[in-house]
Amino acid sequence: MANSLKTEASSHLGTGSRFLKRNSSYIGVLPFLLVTGLFLIYPTIYVIFGAFRDLEGKPSTVILKKTFLDEATRRAFKNTIELSLKTAILGAILGALVTWAIASGKEGIFKKFSLSLSGVLSQFGGVMLTFAFLATFGFNGLVSSYFLKHFPDSPISQSTWLYGMNGLTVVYTFFQIPLMVLVFFPSFENIKKEWREASDALGGKPSEYWFRVGIPVLMPSFLGSTLLLFSNSFSAYATAASLITNGTFLTPLQIADSLSSEVGGANAATASSLSLFMVIVVIIVMTIYTLIRRRVSKWEVTK
Amino acid sequence: MKQNWRIRLLRWAIIFIVGFYLLIPILAMLDFSLKPYGGGNQGRTLRAWKVIPQTRNLIDAISLSMSLALIVIVAIFVLVVPTLIWVHLKLPKIRRLMELICLIPLAIPAIVLVVGIAPLYRFISIHITESPLSLAGVYSMLVLPYTYRSLSSALDTSDIRTLYEAARTLGASTTRLMVQVIMPTLRSGIMNGAVIAIALVLGEFTIASLLNFENLQVTLFRVGRTDGNVAVAVSVVSLIFVLLLLLIIPTSQRRKQVLDVDVE
Repeated sequence: MANSLKTEASSHLGTGSRFLKRNSSYIGVLPFLLVTGLFLIYPTIYVIFGAFRDLEGKPSTVILKKTFLDEATRRAFKNTIELSLKTAILGAILGALVTWAIASGKEGIFKKFSLSLSGVLSQFGGVMLTFAFLATFGFNGLVSSYFLKHFPDSPISQSTWLYGMNGLTVVYTFFQIPLMVLVFFPSFENIKKEWREASDALGGKPSEYWFRVGIPVLMPSFLGSTLLLFSNSFSAYATAASLITNGTFLTPLQIADSLSSEVGGANAATASSLSLFMVIVVIIVMTIYTLIRRRVSKWEVTK
Repeated sequence: MKQNWRIRLLRWAIIFIVGFYLLIPILAMLDFSLKPYGGGNQGRTLRAWKVIPQTRNLIDAISLSMSLALIVIVAIFVLVVPTLIWVHLKLPKIRRLMELICLIPLAIPAIVLVVGIAPLYRFISIHITESPLSLAGVYSMLVLPYTYRSLSSALDTSDIRTLYEAARTLGASTTRLMVQVIMPTLRSGIMNGAVIAIALVLGEFTIASLLNFENLQVTLFRVGRTDGNVAVAVSVVSLIFVLLLLLIIPTSQRRKQVLDVDVE
């Protein structure tokens, strides 16, 4: 606030044509606006309006309705939501436990290294992650061949489970856990030491501290992080595309499918309609996330 | 703080189990890259590692992805950083708008962005260039949220205005002011953005594959179908490379700018 007042004042100081001078600063933003307009804003608008067009490009909701009522679309949408929910909850719980395990330890190299590793692994998705899991559980994989030798009857000795919902859940959780550590860790560190001390001084047991102070304080941040994980899984494409051959299993795969089978733009409206559904979900999730963050920042005192 | 042995045990059990889950697939990759060609499981060989330099399309893809990362970094330096500084100093009125634009990629998944951008790239390939380097355009957009996050916190904590006024009084030109006065102050924020940009561009698959460009990940995917061992060996290299890059930035700074949307 103070900053913007200062700027107002200094831009009025100039002599000569105040109007011209003030507006000339907008020229500096033009190149940026041009590039983002072309590569970011135009495509976004194109997708959103594209959903409300028919095959000839005229305004209509026929394709949107048809896509929405389509059996395959609904199944894919349900699968995507189910997968995102499962991996968000799994990732959030396991990630929170890891965060606690790391944060309650001593400061030092181990803590630093765990956080750096979380940074790398949370970005480690897509083709390379698929390779990693094929090398582990795929045909002749490290773990699957071990099971084949010693427990030939267990499902892990066969690789078929990897190419469906269960496989995707296990693979996605791989990048969800480190992401959770990364986003949840700061809130954990921001818990005031005095609260624990006060609880101990008043004779509270550690379990009482956690149930009455720790968990209630961390809850909003935990829920917010879970939503972030949800939208992370929900938007993911590369991992599923490289692992699964069924092009209609998840909504992102279905978008790619309708985009690549597109002949002369015939299916652009379908792809746009599916995209619109995705954007709506992400925006709803991110809005709730923002509302929760607002609560969190009341609790947390950043030093 | 003294800890109960049961809590200690629980801590280590969690770290051990989850660590196992995260490290086994990576070890499996390393093991897989040493397996003989053709899916055999007998004996280990360095064949896949030796073949990498001879696999022409892989080398091309690596150099393409590296060039793309470089162009994106240049775009950050020339376009994004100066604009954000400019808005911070001169146009605080539109800071909200800038934030909104920079955060759009968080709300629009890559698979959705590609639907909207496909017509643009069709136009570019017909009328301007077929070069895969044109991907740098979208990729610069993908890194915007990260650049914005790391830079806006750096801008808020350092007193750019004083520097700006001092340099102006001493007669510095706008270019000199940006390059020699302000940007060095924001060095760590800018560096963070650059490192994230490299990691992001090297790992990008969705947009390149749907626009039919052969970048690193698309080529890896293709090579993986004919010679899995080589593709996996390259993945190991790429993973280690990104790990080293990220280890360069101090963790305390990076933590703040994960996918996180702060609210004022």
